[in-house]
Amino acid sequence: MVAIIKKQSDLVLLLCFAAAVLAGPVILQPFGAGYPDLLQKFAIFGIFAIGFNILFGLTGYLSFGHAAFLGIGSYTAVWTFKLLSMNPLPAVLLATLLGGLFAALIGFISLRRTGIYFSILTLAFAQMSYNLAYSVLTPITNGETGLQLRQADPRVLDVAFGRDYGAVLPSSDLFGIDMTGYPGFYFCAAVLILCFYISMRIFRSPFGMMLRAVKSNQNRMNYTGLNTRPYALAAFVISGMYAGLAGGLLAVTDPLAGAERMQWTASGEVVLMTILGGTGTLLGPVIGAGAIKYFENIFSAFNENILLNTFSFLPETLQHAVVSVASLFVGEGWHLTLGALFMVIVIFLPGGLMEGVRRFGVLFKRKADSDGPTETQPASAE
Amino acid sequence: MANFTKVSRRSLLRGAAAATTALAAPTIFTSKAWAAGYTNEPKGSTVTLGFNVPQTGAYADEGADELRAYQLAVEHINGEGDGGMLNTFSSKALTGAGVNGKKVVFVTGDTQTKSDAARASAKRMIEKDGAVMITGGSSSGVAIAVQGLCQDAGVIFMAGLTHSNDTTGKDKRANGFRHFFNTEMTGAALAPVLKNNFGTERNAYHLTADYTWGWSQEGSIKKYTEQLGWNTAAAVRTPLGAGDFSQYITPVLNSGADTLVLNHYGRDMVNSLTQAVQFGLRDKQVNGKDFAIVVPLYSRLMAQGAGENVKGIFGSTNWHWSLQDEGSKAFVKSFGQKYGFPPSQAAHTTYCQALLYADAAQRAGTFRPSGVGKSLEGFKFDGLGNGPTEYRAEDHQCFKDVLVVKGKENPSSKFDVLEVVEVTPRAQVEYPASLLGGELGPYNDGA
Amino acid sequence: MDAILLQILNGLDKGGAYALIALGLTIIFGTLGVVNFAHGALFMMGAFCAVSIKALFTLEKVVLDPTKLTAWGTPMEIRTPYIESWFGDVGVWMIDYSVPLSILLAIPVMLFIGVAMERGLIRYFYKRPHAEQILVTFGLAIVIQELVKSQFGANPIPQPAPDTAKGMLDFGVMIGFDAGNVVYPAWRLIYFLFSTLVIAGVFAFLQFTTFGMVVRAGMADRETVGLLGIDIDRKFTIVFGLAAVVAGLAGVMYTPILSPDYHMGMDFLVLSFVVVVVGGMGSLGGAVVAGFLLGILQSLASMEEVKQILPGIDQIIIYLIAVVVLLARPRGLMGRKGMMEG
Repeated sequence: MVAIIKKQSDLVLLLCFAAAVLAGPVILQPFGAGYPDLLQKFAIFGIFAIGFNILFGLTGYLSFGHAAFLGIGSYTAVWTFKLLSMNPLPAVLLATLLGGLFAALIGFISLRRTGIYFSILTLAFAQMSYNLAYSVLTPITNGETGLQLRQADPRVLDVAFGRDYGAVLPSSDLFGIDMTGYPGFYFCAAVLILCFYISMRIFRSPFGMMLRAVKSNQNRMNYTGLNTRPYALAAFVISGMYAGLAGGLLAVTDPLAGAERMQWTASGEVVLMTILGGTGTLLGPVIGAGAIKYFENIFSAFNENILLNTFSFLPETLQHAVVSVASLFVGEGWHLTLGALFMVIVIFLPGGLMEGVRRFGVLFKRKADSDGPTETQPASAE
Repeated sequence: MANFTKVSRRSLLRGAAAATTALAAPTIFTSKAWAAGYTNEPKGSTVTLGFNVPQTGAYADEGADELRAYQLAVEHINGEGDGGMLNTFSSKALTGAGVNGKKVVFVTGDTQTKSDAARASAKRMIEKDGAVMITGGSSSGVAIAVQGLCQDAGVIFMAGLTHSNDTTGKDKRANGFRHFFNTEMTGAALAPVLKNNFGTERNAYHLTADYTWGWSQEGSIKKYTEQLGWNTAAAVRTPLGAGDFSQYITPVLNSGADTLVLNHYGRDMVNSLTQAVQFGLRDKQVNGKDFAIVVPLYSRLMAQGAGENVKGIFGSTNWHWSLQDEGSKAFVKSFGQKYGFPPSQAAHTTYCQALLYADAAQRAGTFRPSGVGKSLEGFKFDGLGNGPTEYRAEDHQCFKDVLVVKGKENPSSKFDVLEVVEVTPRAQVEYPASLLGGELGPYNDGA
Repeated sequence: MDAILLQILNGLDKGGAYALIALGLTIIFGTLGVVNFAHGALFMMGAFCAVSIKALFTLEKVVLDPTKLTAWGTPMEIRTPYIESWFGDVGVWMIDYSVPLSILLAIPVMLFIGVAMERGLIRYFYKRPHAEQILVTFGLAIVIQELVKSQFGANPIPQPAPDTAKGMLDFGVMIGFDAGNVVYPAWRLIYFLFSTLVIAGVFAFLQFTTFGMVVRAGMADRETVGLLGIDIDRKFTIVFGLAAVVAGLAGVMYTPILSPDYHMGMDFLVLSFVVVVVGGMGSLGGAVVAGFLLGILQSLASMEEVKQILPGIDQIIIYLIAVVVLLARPRGLMGRKGMMEG
């Protein structure tokens, strides 16, 4: 009985999620975020964060090097475009595979350690990748500039199928549908929904239970004769594949792969997205990713003129005072808002934004059925 | 989606109030249905330009200065303020009534000096705000990345501060234009001055930032100094943002080299120069000669961070506020009166780029990228502070005089860091467009 | 030979900074169990203590001179530092020695900042998961950093060493080399001496005072010490303040080597974490050893002779060492079992 209800509610969640994602352009329009590039970024970083959450949310292993897989995915995708075809499918597939492969390698070594030692190992690998990609590996990565497409690229599969892009620089297309703009977003959105579904299945599966057990007490697991490392490694590889996929999609929607994608700040970003949204929850990472990307792209764009216009209803002296305070937080000060947001969320909503949603829901529910017994002590969001 | 509802009210207010930008904003679906149009063709009474500058990270101050210059340029184009260099500009197409009868408005964004962030920001300007031209930036990696994007999207890119050869060389694009000079010109301009000051028998040691711009710079300086007869003792690559360069500087001490070339920019330059001086290199004697330090690309704004360590050190720069031509004087006056301090070279080049774009669009009578581009190609102008200048048609690179500067011995204020040693005439820094390779390709007008 | 000796000196110098930052970080780990991502910001704030003192000393009396005009047409300003007009030569001396004098300001200021941080924020996070500690301290670091940026700008601000310490010192002669062989900047030698002194001071404090004894006991077993009726919380507040002072002092004295800017804390953050982990979480000795070790190896790996064999090695050496050490020694060089492994 309980299982059936759970299955049903999962289906509802999935359908709601899919509907919300696909309606994204309309829903987000009033917030100034309804344009293709940002929508694509929401979807792609949502995938990245969902994948990261499978590792961190379930097993508790805090990787500080996941950006490396994102970067590897991007480089793989761009090279696939250059060498094979502008079709996104092989690019995305290879990006996922290579992301997984590198994750297997790095995970195999790093998972020999736990706790912060594990974090530092992953950080070290990612930083090495970044530093090398920026300098010595420039023939492969095109260094600072980033790997770009050229007209003269071979694209053997495209040539074999007789596709000719003429004199302009090609952009990736799915059998004739251009992957920039809204079609690109819907492609990413479809992948996001699929990834969300997979992650949901993992959360509900016995494998997911096992991963949770790794988090709660690894020693006890080991004493029962179970070797936990293969499970942790599997989770690491899966999240690495998610990251590779996200990196591949970044290249699909915008065929350029830059080395900064692998920097520790990028690894840190996905950690922050996940915690901000709600670690270990299904939806949280997507929301966290959206929040951070929103700040990065929209808050940074507010300048003094816009602020002056916004507060033009105030008397002039007050207007200037308000603007000078507000400009601390937007435009070039958007980092400040982000930092303050991190602090506020962690201090007041330890479970991330999802906990806020849940608390709100509980409040609502309590009002609705005030005569029925209510759950007074909700389970932690972890 | 709780996080979005939080900002909804503010956004709505903003949306209502900032009608100027909204007017010019395109419909959400920039489809290919209007084949006759071009990307973000301005339909209302305004035209939107996108100013994409670093607002966070190491170049934030430079970005802020660029933004100041852009604001000034927009004022002047719209007929506000004292008109600045519009009064000295040789082309008189712009009359202070906007461009093509439309008032110029702008949107801003943060490049973070990262290719990804810069492209995301530029895309926002193109897709959401309807910008018809993107300009700005403080590094070559960003410039090349955004230039590629603008080519694909079908808008014009007017590069900001970017010094690598590749921007108008290997990675040049039809929709991209650069006013700033490059490492090739730095080499050609600097070499004669180095010869006059340090002779032809020098043993140079290079420290080079380990990324594309650094290599480009190292290559150019090597090429031109070796033509003078200098020997290159070693060229050592240093990681970007190394902070402490002592481990690269100590080998210079006993290497027998008598000249140190620091192919660093920004913070790397500040730190490596400070530390080189700390290790006594400026006062050293080698082979009976005074040891010399050269910083090929100077930025006055950044040089302030190195303080008195820049004294007597040679380098090149695109422009300096102490220049006495009418254009420079007009620009310094109008910038200084508005902000209280002189503009940097980054501010100058971006101001020029905004003006040049507006002028070209006015002369072309359209904002269509191919139209604007055609009127920029081969455009000869004067009165923008660098003497007679030409936008070369073959690679969309400006050719103009290059300034060789030296750290001032007795600065009169904290802005007075550099003195102009020589203005190398344009003829001396010109090179054939084929030298740097690359392919412009056709213009892209987009949708 | 002297080339290598010079590189070792470079390494000791760098290592001094690494060790000082890592020392505070590892004390906070060991005693409070908090992963403090704002530690880099403390280092940066120390450096900006020096900037503030310099700015204070060079507060200028501005007189407008209407006979001369600036390039943009406003009257020229004539600026004389107040301190010079008040104290004459002493004032000049104070400006010259602003960096070492900043120590006097940095100690109380950093102590205050540290205590305020612990009381105001960190203490609520003792029992929270490490991930949340990371998020909140990282957020704090960003906030501090942005506030500094809005005040001082993004560009580096030069902080020259006092004139007497600006030159080079023939260090080789003192240890038996020929004159002129091993010459090293005086300020860098001072920095190295300073960092060893501070490190020694911290160790002596923890080793020879009752307070230190309690703290060490707390590091070993916090609960038991609490049960003994000792107000461990109060002690920990002071420990946090101490760690902040150590980071701040490292920052003050490092300014003549690295012109401070608002971002320098973040640049050192990752590095100092690597140092702490390589040394072993919560091990004071480990942090110091690892700091100097990584500094020296980083310097040696930057030599052209090494780079020719292994291109790009100087870019990754720190991380490579971290990987090797952690694989060979599961808890770093001197780490204890169970510390931060969960």
